[in-house]
Amino acid sequence: MKVLMFGWEFPPHITGGLGTASYGLTKGLVKHDVDIIFVVPKAYGDEDQRAVRIVNGSDVPVNYKNKEIQEFWNKLTYLEIGSNIMPYIDPEDFEKLHEDHGKTVKEKEHIILGEKYSFSGKYGKNLMEEVARYALVGASIAQQYDFDIIHAHDWLTYSAGIAAQQISGKPLVVHMHATEYDRSGEGRVNSEVFNLEQAGMRQADLVIPVSDLTRNTVINKYGIDASKVVTVHNAIEPVEQEDLNIKKSVKEKVVTFLGRLTFQKGPEYFVEAAKKILEKDDNVRFVMAGNGDMMNQLIRRVAELKIADKFHFTGFLKGEDVDKMFLLSDVFVMPSVSEPFGLVPLEAMRSNVPVVISKQSGVAEVLNHAFKVDFWDIDSMADAIYGLLHYKSLSNTFIREGKKEVENLKWEHAAQKIKELYAQTLNQ
Amino acid sequence: MRSISFYFQVHQPYRIKKYRFFNMGNDHHYFDEYLNKTIIQRVAEKNYLPMNQLLLELIQKHGKDFKVSFSITGMAIEQFEQYAPEVLDSFKRLADTGNVEFLAETYAHSLVSLNDAGEFKRQVKMHQKKIKEVFGVKTVTFRNTELVYSDDIGAAVADMGFKTMLTEGAKHILGWKSPNYLYKHPYKKTLKLLLKNFSLSDDIAFRFSSQDWGEWPLTTDKYLHWLKQIKPEEEVVNLYMDYETFGEHQWAESGIFDFMRVLPGKIIEDGEFTFNTPSELSKKLKPVSDLHVPNPISWADEERDLSAWLGNEMQDEAFEKLNSMIPQMQKCKDKQLNADWLKLQTSDHFYYMCTKWFADGDVHEYFNPYASPFEAFINYMNVLSDFKIRLDAYSQKSKKKVKSIKK
Repeated sequence: MKVLMFGWEFPPHITGGLGTASYGLTKGLVKHDVDIIFVVPKAYGDEDQRAVRIVNGSDVPVNYKNKEIQEFWNKLTYLEIGSNIMPYIDPEDFEKLHEDHGKTVKEKEHIILGEKYSFSGKYGKNLMEEVARYALVGASIAQQYDFDIIHAHDWLTYSAGIAAQQISGKPLVVHMHATEYDRSGEGRVNSEVFNLEQAGMRQADLVIPVSDLTRNTVINKYGIDASKVVTVHNAIEPVEQEDLNIKKSVKEKVVTFLGRLTFQKGPEYFVEAAKKILEKDDNVRFVMAGNGDMMNQLIRRVAELKIADKFHFTGFLKGEDVDKMFLLSDVFVMPSVSEPFGLVPLEAMRSNVPVVISKQSGVAEVLNHAFKVDFWDIDSMADAIYGLLHYKSLSNTFIREGKKEVENLKWEHAAQKIKELYAQTLNQ
Repeated sequence: MRSISFYFQVHQPYRIKKYRFFNMGNDHHYFDEYLNKTIIQRVAEKNYLPMNQLLLELIQKHGKDFKVSFSITGMAIEQFEQYAPEVLDSFKRLADTGNVEFLAETYAHSLVSLNDAGEFKRQVKMHQKKIKEVFGVKTVTFRNTELVYSDDIGAAVADMGFKTMLTEGAKHILGWKSPNYLYKHPYKKTLKLLLKNFSLSDDIAFRFSSQDWGEWPLTTDKYLHWLKQIKPEEEVVNLYMDYETFGEHQWAESGIFDFMRVLPGKIIEDGEFTFNTPSELSKKLKPVSDLHVPNPISWADEERDLSAWLGNEMQDEAFEKLNSMIPQMQKCKDKQLNADWLKLQTSDHFYYMCTKWFADGDVHEYFNPYASPFEAFINYMNVLSDFKIRLDAYSQKSKKKVKSIKK
């Protein structure tokens, strides 16, 4: 079986879980004899290509004179009006808009510069433009390569997936690692992104969310037909534990939060729980490892609560620094408001750290030895952290059994399930 | 003639409320009164009252031909006194018939028999006293918490003057032997042992309403037939179960009450079996051999051992912390501390911390106030920490008193 896969990031150049999950999944699928062509907007050349063929989107020439591409562009209807890109709409609506704004497709073509486009591969100001161009890349690739099924990861790649589907006629599978709804919350979604997500899922033959939590969001908030939505939980790669010679420099226990300092991750609840603990036990230090739009507000709150001397902001950590952070931690906390899955607690458990996670996360669905609390329930959160810090048998149990659990969450199992879903989809 | 012996366990723990670490040092009220009261009253309505009534009617109908035995824990009696005195009255009416034997156990339904002989004896004496007070009877037969038994425990019980003790007919102890005989303790010759026939007991207690069961529905004719199929030389069938079987574990709709209403009559009419109490059996039968139980057994789960309460690290830590306070408690005269101490000993608290069945749940979930064994553990440990703080403060104070008196 050959799969054409569209991603946006690939290790080591990642900013979040998407790249890690994509990588793990492809390795797992390859173990089950699936051939994968993995397309990223920008490849750096240092990606692990032992298992998977990486195609650099920036290297793919798009022949805009090509009739098929033109037709696709017409159908796709990405209109750039000023700096706003309108998301996927019906051909009829497109006609209407096209008349309304008096722009022609030909004029549109002028905006596209050259045959090859150098993607930034990041999440910058002209992200929407990059998403649109990626769609054309997808169309070109679909013309050139041979494959049985298309698999697109998250909204950034959905247009490319749709393009490939329409050009090749092969079925499209879309993978939901994170939803705009989760990222921004009720009433605050970016409608461009939301609509792209919805369009991709509607066009797809199969939707794979990473948890039942996300599956419910997809069905209820995006209105997608439940019969084509099948959960496949993420997994985690086992790693060789290197002997990082880390000695804790402080005598206190260390409780860690690692993630973006933004609404979705619930950092403020971590701060409030910290206060409750420090009132009873000052032999603890709290670490917030990450960066984000809530950073300043959190720093102010910590000062207001007069716990700044026990609180540390490290900024964004990656690579080896993350592993070092885990080695120094006694408890890891993930108070996410809405987490489609949540790979970081698995990484913590893999590093022998007991975890406290929010019930509103996908990863809670697959773990037993993790303390689960409602994200808003600061009392329970503090109680759980305190218990893990003070009752040895509890933390020992979590560390030992948690490690075993994580070792069983193999990408091969997830990949097996996905391979079966591919087969079912192809048979329809 | 062969015998059938019905024994019912009546127990309710004092369940702990949600107790956070930041309550330690300030809040000394540990128990969820509202929850415990609600449960007592509900079980009274669904189980205790209707089943007691049913047994009373059977005794009135069959007279001396129908007998049963109970063990009612100190924890249950106290809660009946507080929340459902009519239940205690109905048990008293049963006591007055003379057809019911009441057994002795630890007052707190605790696991203390495993670790402290002195505390074990104290709790048993306390229970005997309570039973005498409430029902006017002296207890001569013993059953330990959840039928936990070992040679050592049996020896301690024999030394307290008991003649008969109940325990589980566990396969790994019996081997090829049958539970349907009277046995005796290997070196305390005065102690006779009666073993639960778990197969026939569990048919009623667990499988009765299970439609997946090959033998569902269980009729009285079928059950009597099974009883009669037991080898003719086997002398007794001990049917031991949780009293909550009748109306709670097995709901009224399952037909359990109708079954029990008819079964004794059918057995009596058939004539092959008589109903006897444990102390009667101890006199009537001759022990067929010694029973060696080097490691503790119980009536819990498939394993029939202690793993439901003391199988994992957390249970061990909690149990150890609890036991570490025994020396101090022996010198403690404070009424409130003693009352709380007993309530914290109940085996249920450890039961809730069991991690054996993450997938299942089932019977262990029944009335379990916790969502996970970890929450149960943290909650209990927080409470123990506060208790320890109070106990230490008391010990300090009484040391000072002693010092000042000595001066």
